[in-house]
Amino acid sequence: MRKAIAVARKELRQIARDKVTLFMLLFIPAFLLVLYGYALNFDVRHVTLAVQDRDATAESRAVVSAFVNSGYFDFTARVGGEGEIESLMDRNAVRAALVIPEGFGRRLRQAHSPTVQVIIDGDNANIANTVVGYATRILGSVSGPTVSAASTVAPPLSLETRIWYNSELRSALFLVPGLIAYIAMITAVVSTALSIVREKENGTMEQIRMAPLGPAAYVVGKSIPYFLLSLAGELLIVLVSMALFDLPMRGSWGALILVISLFLFGALGTGLFVSTVAETQQVAFQMSLLLAYLPTLMLSGFIFPISSMPQVLQIITYVVPARYFLVALRGIVLKGSALATLGVPMGAMVIYAVIVLGLASVRFARQHG
Amino acid sequence: MPAIDVQHLTRRFGKFVAVDDVSFRVGEGEIFGFLGANGAGKSTTIRMLCGLLRPTSGTALVGGVDVSRDAEGVKRRIGYMSQRFSLYESLTVEENIRFFAGLYGLSEERYAERRRFALEMAGLEGRETMITRQLSGGWRQRLALGCAILHEPPILFLDEPTGGVDPISRRQFWRLIDQLAGEGVTILVTTHYLDEAERCGRVAIMHAGRLIGIGTVAEVKQVFADRPIVEVRVDQPVAAMQALDAMPEVEKTSLFGTAVHAVLKTPRAADVPVADRLRAAGLQVQSLVTVPPSLEDVFLDMIEKAGAR
Repeated sequence: MRKAIAVARKELRQIARDKVTLFMLLFIPAFLLVLYGYALNFDVRHVTLAVQDRDATAESRAVVSAFVNSGYFDFTARVGGEGEIESLMDRNAVRAALVIPEGFGRRLRQAHSPTVQVIIDGDNANIANTVVGYATRILGSVSGPTVSAASTVAPPLSLETRIWYNSELRSALFLVPGLIAYIAMITAVVSTALSIVREKENGTMEQIRMAPLGPAAYVVGKSIPYFLLSLAGELLIVLVSMALFDLPMRGSWGALILVISLFLFGALGTGLFVSTVAETQQVAFQMSLLLAYLPTLMLSGFIFPISSMPQVLQIITYVVPARYFLVALRGIVLKGSALATLGVPMGAMVIYAVIVLGLASVRFARQHG
Repeated sequence: MPAIDVQHLTRRFGKFVAVDDVSFRVGEGEIFGFLGANGAGKSTTIRMLCGLLRPTSGTALVGGVDVSRDAEGVKRRIGYMSQRFSLYESLTVEENIRFFAGLYGLSEERYAERRRFALEMAGLEGRETMITRQLSGGWRQRLALGCAILHEPPILFLDEPTGGVDPISRRQFWRLIDQLAGEGVTILVTTHYLDEAERCGRVAIMHAGRLIGIGTVAEVKQVFADRPIVEVRVDQPVAAMQALDAMPEVEKTSLFGTAVHAVLKTPRAADVPVADRLRAAGLQVQSLVTVPPSLEDVFLDMIEKAGAR
């Protein structure tokens, strides 16, 4: 253990003197957070809207004004026929069109569920999805009072959607936990892998192998500084997110630190594993990106919902540790979930960490002679 | 008991035999030189002796400990330093010493004492806070040596310790090696510099994984006992080589700077009228003397014979 501490102390001194690594570990995460936090914004505002009101009743006007007053849509054109909508959309003059058919008001008064048509330009699927969500909510909010005012009979069965925890559906709240995972993966995996491979390149590894130092002491000593720095970097990100993006911190800090630590063990293990395979820093960097960064970005549910992935990819996501981390992190930060409810994701992270640390240790011990 | 006792040591990598049935002994306090071209098997042998690599067969006892049974025990008894002077360049002199002391688990009191020793030996007193990268090659080399012997190992492995260091530093370094050997430390050193090898008590010459010669420097030079070497200085060395090669008594010739060395097949150089024949061939002979064989002559001769076999 004393030898592990000697390794850890040496590593910390080296990091302190290596401004690039220190910068990478502490400030790049915060920088990435701000950059992605502001740039990666899926909120859609000012959707240009064309309106074709074929009914022209008080009820239909109520629907149109609900759309316009919602703040999401900008009333752009009033059109007479289908052909006009098509040409407006082709010219990108409008992104959405609202078509209210004749007899809408009458059907509503008779308590027959009337329908309106919303046409959305689907060239950007993300925006289209969001706009569908807005339209559905607006229609839900107008149909209630209109229906009850129009008739004395019980209102028809209506779907009432209520969104908890992030009621404004602000994407920042959804994204920040993903960013935390993504940034942890980059800093922990890349820095651990590079620091060990650098020792191989410089020949200091050979010197260490000649010393009576067990592989375990080396690995532990090497991991402690990166673990502490990554943890500090992560907590810094949470604090910055709370300040800049109004991230609520509804759960306990203890639970947060525990979950982040579990994830970091897996990440450090991945870095160690990379270092047992790669001989040069360049290879180590590329392997880290491939193993850690891409799956975390693509397959964790950070940006793309897992439920909308093809079956094959969904199966692959089960071995991406960030997937579980995101569930646990969103639970703690957004919902204030207790640790007891996060058994499955935490267990999965423990299993990942044990497997990857075990693999890395076996390979490392074998090379260590 | 010898400090290092190697018997039939062999290491294969797949079909390639890196070290092939090597046996030798090194006594306590001896400076043992390991010579050989790159890829001759020197490094593989050292790695086995240091407990880094398991032998395929054969045994090696280092400090009485079997390397294939107790690698950790071996590592505690040896010091190792290589040509790359494996120091942490971004750390200071003091921090490097402290790290290596930590690796070998030195106590605080022992650390204080050994730190002073290492600084004094390297001539780095008062420079404890200098960043290692800023040190000259000679200083780095002596600091690396100091770090390698902080734990006072009875056996020291030096793998091409003087590569890339100026001649004055090399001489200083060898003075330290002599001093350590005088204190009873056994030293096994590999080197490319054959003038350095002359300073070793005994040398072993490796070629293609096999030990092709071993003994004191004087002993290995005995391969030239009945084959005198004449050194000829002439105006046209290349023409002289051709003329010498044409003589039946000449075994082989080689160029040494501006001079030509000719190895004769007869025990007595005086029996062959080399100078007269060269003059007859129209060459201006400036000097012609019989010279003692250098280790370089021995090395090249042994490799040539081993290759011909």
